[in-house]
Formats: sequence, structure tokens, C-alpha cells
Amino acid sequence: MIRPELFEGQVRIPSGCAISAVISREGRLISGQTIVDSMRPMHERSNGLGGGFAGYGIYPEYKDFFALHIFYDTDEARAAVESHLRAVLEIVRAENIPTRKHPAITAEPFIWRYFVAPLRSVLHSRQQDEEEFIAQLAMRVNTSYPGAYVFSSGKNMGVFKAVGYPEDVGVFYRLEEYSGYCWTAHGRYPTNTPGWWGGAHPFALLDRTIVHNGEISSYDCNRRTIEMYGYKCTLQTDTEVITYIADFLQRKQGLTLEEMASVIAAPFWSTIERQPKGKSRELAYLRTVYSSLLITGPFSIILGFRGGLMALNDRLKLRSMVVGEKDDKVYIASEEAAIRAVEPSAENIWAPAGGQPVVVRVREGAY
Amino acid sequence: MGQWEVYPEFEVVRSSARCTKCLGCVAQCANGAHQYDGAQLTCDSAKCVGCHRCVAMCPTRALKIVKADCALRENGNWDSQTIKEIFKQAQSGGVLLSSMGTPKPYPVYWDKLLLNASQVTNPSIDPLREPMETRVCLGKKPGRPQRGPDGRFTCELPPQLKLTMPMLFSAMSYGSVSYNVHEALARAAEELGVYYNTGEGGLHEDFYTYSPNTIVQVASGRFGVHEGYLNAGAAIEIKMGQGAKPGIGGHLPGTKVGADISRTRMIPEGSDAISPAPHHDIYSIEDLRQLVYSLKQSTHHKKPVIVKVAAVHNIAAIASGIARSGADIIAIDGFRGGTGAAPTRIRDNVGIPIELALAAVDQRLRDEGIRNQVGIIAGGSIRSSADVAKAIALGADAVYIATAALLALGCHLCRTCQTGMCNWGIATQRPELVARLDPKEGAKRLVNLMTAWNHEIMEMLGGMGINSIEALRGNRLMLRGIGLTAKELEILGVAHAGE
Repeated sequence: MIRPELFEGQVRIPSGCAISAVISREGRLISGQTIVDSMRPMHERSNGLGGGFAGYGIYPEYKDFFALHIFYDTDEARAAVESHLRAVLEIVRAENIPTRKHPAITAEPFIWRYFVAPLRSVLHSRQQDEEEFIAQLAMRVNTSYPGAYVFSSGKNMGVFKAVGYPEDVGVFYRLEEYSGYCWTAHGRYPTNTPGWWGGAHPFALLDRTIVHNGEISSYDCNRRTIEMYGYKCTLQTDTEVITYIADFLQRKQGLTLEEMASVIAAPFWSTIERQPKGKSRELAYLRTVYSSLLITGPFSIILGFRGGLMALNDRLKLRSMVVGEKDDKVYIASEEAAIRAVEPSAENIWAPAGGQPVVVRVREGAY
Repeated sequence: MGQWEVYPEFEVVRSSARCTKCLGCVAQCANGAHQYDGAQLTCDSAKCVGCHRCVAMCPTRALKIVKADCALRENGNWDSQTIKEIFKQAQSGGVLLSSMGTPKPYPVYWDKLLLNASQVTNPSIDPLREPMETRVCLGKKPGRPQRGPDGRFTCELPPQLKLTMPMLFSAMSYGSVSYNVHEALARAAEELGVYYNTGEGGLHEDFYTYSPNTIVQVASGRFGVHEGYLNAGAAIEIKMGQGAKPGIGGHLPGTKVGADISRTRMIPEGSDAISPAPHHDIYSIEDLRQLVYSLKQSTHHKKPVIVKVAAVHNIAAIASGIARSGADIIAIDGFRGGTGAAPTRIRDNVGIPIELALAAVDQRLRDEGIRNQVGIIAGGSIRSSADVAKAIALGADAVYIATAALLALGCHLCRTCQTGMCNWGIATQRPELVARLDPKEGAKRLVNLMTAWNHEIMEMLGGMGINSIEALRGNRLMLRGIGLTAKELEILGVAHAGE
């Protein structure tokens, strides 16, 4: 039995990891099996203490509703949260997320999902748009309802994660039964034993998800900065803070993906000065305005969002990450083996440079 | 000795075997500790301040200064310093004056904080092989970036101070220190790409050439303040207080106000330059706002305005008020900071340590969501690059350095600046003493010191796996306390070593 003081959020736990992603630029549906299979060759990059997936386009029948995925430790926790949800949301469907028993996946919490829409009267009285409302709701549940944890809160997408090896987690969640236009995956190698499902990745807020391999040395600088803007970092993980930074810069500050990349993996000043004048001015501006959101230390991240993804390495390229293509599909993974495992004839395999964002978007209207 | 005298604190010991009677010591000591009567070379230890000028200049190493072993009968309650101060006041009836930072053994929290380094889970970075950035932009950051009609950023920022390293030379007025000190500081600031600070004594006409690296100060006496002065600086600092003497003004005796200082300060020659304790146009926070904006208007909103305050008990709330007053940068000066002259009781008993003040301010501004609206400069006894790194990890953008800079120029911390007899040519206006400090050599030594510190900061950053100074700012996970109480750790916002 792990002492509660070692749980996620009580201590800071560095992790090594494997990440993988596949996306169809044409919005063609890809089985969840594909992403699970891509993680198999990277088994050694995880240690069985966390695996997870995010799928986009997986809930077409409920695409206008937020899909809340929630872990509950107890029925009491569920009752408390559901009573709150009923007060502020229209719930069009509530159910257990289907799973199958797997010998390597144990001690599972109660895993529920809800397709919901915020009540218009509530939005009106709080003067919030629906995204801000749902983001606040998720953070409130996670900080104020012991034993309950919202781990997915976007539209037409969902996160599936657990303590275990990623390929086992995929089997547990029956991911072969889902298909989506984009998948990301994560296998975790934490340096101690958090034993808590919420600590696995991807980390998600609204439809943004992050899978991350690395340990950022700027963590507390970034955390204390992002917490100024109403975010509450409860897990002490890099992934959590990076997700909030992405949400803040894009949703609240209106930055594009490329602009965001030049904030969190900002070019060196010497590089900025070598750029043409207009570009140099813009980069210097962003770096000055958001200096506290620069992320240092090793990371490779894949940010999933509605209609696309972005892969990004730290500016020194201290973590491996390669990109490959085949027809309409783009593959990104910590190792080429992960790509070859699901697409042996992948082409144009290349390693993005440090700080060079790789943005892949699904054709407009195809998702 | 007379009835009311005590035995001198130091004894000058001369080795007659080594002494060649070159009489250098006689010439070097402005205090007259060495005398030559034509035959005999004698020492009056009572005049020795322990500045070691004669020791350093003696060509045969025939001199040493030792602490006198003739001790008063001290006890745990009445140490000799306390006893001597009573004798002095019984003699003079006056307020005791002191110089430089408090010598009292208050806790130095820098020495109770330890930095982190990477092991295994992430790599440390070698600054000799990889880029390592120490550039800092000090100033207000916009809450939201502005875009033009074409969707591109307007790239308009409130005025920023750009530093190549997170260190600036702190305010020391021309008057409290010599012309040559100012020249050395100005030259060094220019070469380093940082800033020096005029202090409250105005800007000598010779130094306008260094204005891109000059911070001009506006203090309660308003000495030397005019439109040209304000516009000469890269930034304007409103001095509300000083760590060594919170709540107290300044006093430059008329004897130090020669022609040059008189012209620079815009006061009559020989008149005492007295800075009032408060600014008489600032009795409240809204008054500060008016001064901030009138200075901004006088400089066409092109210069950042710094508000410097002493670290006092309620510093977090005060800083929050300053942040909302329109100031671009807050400089916080801790109570161990130096001074050219301050009432001893004030210096040794008023204010709080910079470490606690800085931690409290940074946290308060974050709690209120306004940390980005101001830069923070921490000062008040930054003694090494490790102190700099720890200050930044606690939340400072940059630090002010003064005592360490004076040491680089030759100061031996004898703490008698108030006499104006500085044998090192620093805290004096006597031309023959001032001439002892070569400003070019002084500038070189300042550049050396700052460059060395910056290299050390890069090494520490690299060890932590950080390659840009801004990722250390407020990064308190990189700090651990050692031997601190739970309350101290709570205020500092750091965990204890081992946690």
C-alpha cells in the first residue's frame, strides 16, 4: 500500500516516457487499435505506472456536447459530483465507460462519462462562455471534490488512461471499438510509484490534450505564473502545467500554435537577432511579454486539439521525437519503431529540430 | 589615554626589521595613524579605522593591523560595542552615525537556502557548449498582446530596461562617493550592458555621455533634478526609502559640497544637503501615482519608472500598491543594505531582511495576479553570484549591487564612510584621496567581478538544467531551506532540504 503522501500532487514526480500520435489530414477514421499497436515497441520506455490515450472524433453522435470523463474513488464522491453537475448542466447521457478485465490493470476506480451541455441560464448569470464554464467546472471538481477527478472535458474527443503499460491500458478500455481522425498516446516511466490513475497522461482541459516526455526545469516558474491566471496545478506534473499554458496562450490570449511554440520553446536571443527585422521584432516581443512561460529542460510534447495536433521539442532537442508520413496520415513518436510498427512503409521520416513546431491540421470540414 | 577614552579597537603593528622608512604609510593614511617626526616613525592606533590602505601599500609588508586584545569586561548582555556607544554618547550627546550595512549577526537567509541540480531524470547543461542566456527585460508586460488590423502584433511594449545579466549597480550618490567611483561605475555599466544609478545627488555633466546606461534617481531632496536630467536616464528611480535607513532622509555635510557637487546637486556651495525623511509631495499611495505619472509625462512615456522602497514590515501590501501606481519596476532594499551614513540605531534595528521581503512581495503580487505588471529588483546585501541566483529563484527579475561593487574598487569595509576620509578614494571628496582611485582600472575590476558572477550564474543555471535566466525567476522548487523553521519556510515559499 502506498502512503497517501506519495500520491500524485503531494510530491513532484519526474518521468521518462514514450509518446506517439497518428492523424489523418483527410479526417479519415483510424481505429484505436492502431495507436495501441504503435506503443508496443516502446514498451521499455514505460514502467507500467501509467499509460493513456486521447482520441479525437470518437463521439460523432454527441459532437455538440462536452464529454466529461470522471474517475471516482467512491460512490459518495460520485453522488456529490453528480448532484453538482445536475445543478448546472444538461446531462444527455451518463454511463460507465466500457472496460474489460485485464490482469495487469488493477485497482481501477469507478470510471464514468457524461455528455453534457452547460445550462444557458447558468452561463448567463456567470457571464462565461461555455468553454470557460466547463474549464472552471473541471478544475473545481478536481480541487474541491475529494475522490473525484475529471480527466477529459472536450467535445467529440476523449481521454482514456490508467496505471499500467499503455498497450494494456488500450486493451482495458477496448480502444479497438473506437475510431477517430487523430490519436495520441503516452507511456509513463515515473521515478516513484504514484499509483493513481489521474496522474497518467494525456492530461486534458477542454479539447486540448498533452502527452509529454521530459522533465521541465522551469516547472515552478511556469506553475507560479499560470496560477496567476486562475489555473490551479494540483498534480505537480509538467503535463498539467503545459496543458494550462497551452489553454491560456491559445484560448485566453489568442495566440496561434506557431506563436505559442515561440513562447514555450522560444528561440535563443542570438537566433532572434538573426531573423529578418519584422520576424525578429515579433519574436522578441513574444519572448519579452511571456518570459515566464518559457519552458526549459527536456521535453517532447504532442498537443492534440480539435482538428489537429502540434508536436514540439524543447529548444535544445533533449528528447527524441520523429515524424513520418504515409498518404493522408502523419505519424509522430518518440521512436521510429513506433511508426514502423503500424505503417511499415512510412515515408519522409525526419526529426524536427529543437523548438521547431510540427503542426498537422485536418482539412477544414473533414472533422 | 584620557579618562573618557577606551583602548583603540585596532593596533597597528610595524615590523622594524622590514620597515625601510619610506614613509608611504604616512602619506597614505588620511586619518593620521602614521606619523614621522623626522627621526622616529610612530603609530597612533586610536586613529586607525582598519581600512588596510597602509598594509596594502607598504612595499615591504612591514605593517599589519590586528584586533586589539585589550578588551572591556564584556558580558552576554553588555558587549563592548554597546558599552563604547554609551561612552560615546555620554561624551557627545549626539545621535550615533554609522556606515555600510549592519554588522549585527542577523540571520542571512541566503546562507540558509540551497540550490538544486539535475541528476539522471533530466540533463544538466554545459554553458561552455550550449547557449546559456542571462538577458533580462525589466518592466511592465502587457496583459494581452495587441494586434493590428492585419492580425500581426503591434509589438508595442511599455518601456523596458534590457540587461545582459540580472545585475545592476545600485544607487550611490555623487557626494556620498567620489567622482571617480561614478566614472568607474558608468564605464563598467556601459561595457557590461547594464546600468548604474546616480543616487540622489544628480548627474555630473561629464557623465551624460553614459546616459543610455544610467538610472537617474529622484529622491526626497530633489537634488539635481531637472528636465534634462530626467530625460538623460534610461530609467527614473523614485527613491522612497533605503534598506539601511528606512523612514530616514539623508544628510550630506556642507564640507563635502564643493564646487562640482554644488553644481551637480543644484545647491549652494558649502551648504548641507538634507533630504527630508518623506517626499513632501507623497504622503499617500495616490500621491506616488501622481509623481510616477508626472515623471512619465516629463519623459514622454519613454522611460520606465522604478520605485525603490526599503523592506519594512508591511512590504507586500506596499509593493502591491506601488504595482498599481503605474510604476514599471519595484526595487526592494533589504535592511542589511549599505549606506554612506545612517543613524546607527536605525541601521541596526529598522526593516526586515531582503530574502523575506522579496519572497512575500513576489507571492503577494502573484496572489493578486499582477506580478507581470512590474519588474522586481532586489537589493540589500547581495554578496555573491549564489545570492543572485537565490534571489531570482525567490522571485526577483534582477538584483542591485553596491557594497560588492565598492569592494571591487578597493573598499575594505572599514565602515567609516561618514568621516569622508576614505583612504581608498571611494567615500570621500578630498581631491588627493579621490585621485587614488583610477576610474579605468576600477571599471575593469567591476567588469571582471560582474563577468565572473555571470559565468557562475550560468554554471548554476546549467546545473539545474535551465538555459535561460527567466526560467529560474520565481522557480522556488530550485531552492531548499536548511535549518529554517516551518514559519520561515512558509514565508520563503520553499521546502526544507530533504523534502
